[in-house]
Amino acid sequence: MGRNPVTWLGSPTFPTAARTALADVQLRGNLAHATGTIRTKREAAVGELPDWERLRRAGEAIKDDVLSNLDVYLTRLEAAVTARGGVVHWARDAAEANEIVLGLVRAAGATEVVKVKSMATAEIGLNEALEAGGVSAIETDLAELIVQLGEDRPSHILVPAIHRNRSEIRDIFRATMPGASPSLSDRPAELAEAARAHLRRKFLSAQVAISGANFAVADTGSVVVVESEGNGRMCLTLPRTLITVMGLEKVVPSWRDLEVFLQLLPRSSTAERMNPYTSVWSGVTPGDGPREFHLVLLDNGRTATLADRVGRQALRCIRCSACLNVCPVYERTGGQAYGSVYPGPIGAILTPQLGAGTDDPGTASLLRSLPFASSLCGACYEVCPVRIDIPEVLVHLRGRVVAEKPAYAPEAVAMAAASWVMVSPRRFRFAQRLLGPLRLLARRGRVRRLPWPASLWTDSRDVPAPPRETFSAWWRRNRG
Amino acid sequence: MTTRVALMATCLTDTFFPDTARAVVRLLERLGCTVEFPPAQTCCGQMHYNTGYRRQATTLARHTARTFADYDAVVAPSGSCAGMVRDLYPGLHRSTVRVAGRTYELSEFLVDVLGVEDVGAYFPHRVTYHPTCHSLRMLGVGEKPLRLLRAVRGLELVELPAARSCCGFGGTFALKNADTSTAMLADKMRNVLDTGARVLTAGDNSCLMHIGGGLTRLNTGVRTLHLAEILASTEEEPWVATP
Repeated sequence: MGRNPVTWLGSPTFPTAARTALADVQLRGNLAHATGTIRTKREAAVGELPDWERLRRAGEAIKDDVLSNLDVYLTRLEAAVTARGGVVHWARDAAEANEIVLGLVRAAGATEVVKVKSMATAEIGLNEALEAGGVSAIETDLAELIVQLGEDRPSHILVPAIHRNRSEIRDIFRATMPGASPSLSDRPAELAEAARAHLRRKFLSAQVAISGANFAVADTGSVVVVESEGNGRMCLTLPRTLITVMGLEKVVPSWRDLEVFLQLLPRSSTAERMNPYTSVWSGVTPGDGPREFHLVLLDNGRTATLADRVGRQALRCIRCSACLNVCPVYERTGGQAYGSVYPGPIGAILTPQLGAGTDDPGTASLLRSLPFASSLCGACYEVCPVRIDIPEVLVHLRGRVVAEKPAYAPEAVAMAAASWVMVSPRRFRFAQRLLGPLRLLARRGRVRRLPWPASLWTDSRDVPAPPRETFSAWWRRNRG
Repeated sequence: MTTRVALMATCLTDTFFPDTARAVVRLLERLGCTVEFPPAQTCCGQMHYNTGYRRQATTLARHTARTFADYDAVVAPSGSCAGMVRDLYPGLHRSTVRVAGRTYELSEFLVDVLGVEDVGAYFPHRVTYHPTCHSLRMLGVGEKPLRLLRAVRGLELVELPAARSCCGFGGTFALKNADTSTAMLADKMRNVLDTGARVLTAGDNSCLMHIGGGLTRLNTGVRTLHLAEILASTEEEPWVATP
């Protein structure tokens, strides 16, 4: 068995999935509205800080130090967590992590767990694994709950139900939420109240909670979760047993480093100066909070990604979603087209790396399509709080895809021919003359239809008719 | 002393938009430059680079570096190609480092090197400006093209809504993800039409070919024109497209 991929099995390639998404009028409207709003707010929140660029550079530097010294910081974290009464587990991949968590839940004698919103557990498909093991997992983040109740898939890192508007949410609640009133309206306050009543019952009965981690401080073994709703805080404090699944790269050396990210993350993510709830815990504290704490450190393709000098910068990611909100591709296709829990620009560089080595051919073609799901406009790099040069990584990963193509693949042949022509001025001038006859197809200075593959262009756009004389020919005639 | 400038026409402009290159020559000569066109120039290699064909891109970059080796200033009417040379050439090969530091996009060259904003142009039309992604985010041209346009006599500049949003071209992206590209184009066109402008201008013929290809397909009556052609136009000699 190959490594458990981070994608949803059976997902089509990006261009195919995008075609379906683009035709969804409701989705397009919801996303344009939501991303437009958060984009404007983020700009204002970031604009308040005169040292924003220095903060970004600090965030980048701290993450790069962590990635270069992971062994040091992770063993330091393990020692500190253990010293404070926690138990640390190491998971090579999704299957191992799921097995560890299921074993811990069973040992606690629970059949139902409450969950704090977590990308790591979504990445490894923990809910499905628990379900298969007879344990039901209840998402307590409002947007995750909407996705879970709707038997849907997430489409955004921060707001997984961003593709849903409030009337759709009302319909989901009415149909699936135990105890929801059939006369529930689509007023946000009423929807929130319904979710609150539903979740409160779960918080009070759950024996086990499962969370992810935004950061973990190696020096003191402190794990950090930031959130907006307070539901995470309920999970982190009420149940007897707390299990945290955390990607290896989330460790930071010290509290001073944490301070940088607690400025970068909320402003980039929710456009807030500070997020409403920041929970920090160090092992277990007798008489206060969970009596048992387990930290599962997850690799799942991360150390393999670390080996790539260009690609490894994707591991700096703090999951803020700023790149999604500014991405013109994401804004139109939504997140599900990316076939994984990591959508948008960061997904296009993270998913192919974490999932590399998959033995599922469908997944492999999806992974190959992702680095091309970008016009390289650079808006993502501009906003990334840890300065991940996403366009650079996209191009690098495109190079990997190209390197795997056979030399006789049509695109490879065409690109080789193009460079053979263009490296020689003589051949290039000759090729320019060959375009001349295209003028015969032109009406009023434009060509409306060309055969495949040029039809991919002309299906929606005209091609200008080539001029009677190229500039170089004109220069030679008049100035040469 | 006159400034000696090498014109990097770019393969697309040379082949499809010779009027733009002629406009650059006319404009720079009017501002006292001596313009040369090294005839060996072909393509900067950006399409290969961005599609993942780094080896072939490097071959083309080395050819380009050789072609422009003798010039202190290389000017391209394209933020995208100038961005390729300036941002990415240094990482490709030791022989492609030097040309990177000497290459300018047209509006940068006018404002930063020649130190002019009013180039003496006259263009009595309602115009809107699309800031192309690479000029904006790789080169950081900022307001320079707008400052040049604001100084054009007779020109009514109208602001383009959501101007900084990509038009969806993206080189081979327009083919590999044609549907998404077209959706981006549709929004860009809607914003252009909302301005009521008769002319859409930009510093890149690649983006203009994309947006213009959509605008003519829908017979919108809005034309696309490279910034250089507007700046080259004067009251005495209004710019006329070659038939």
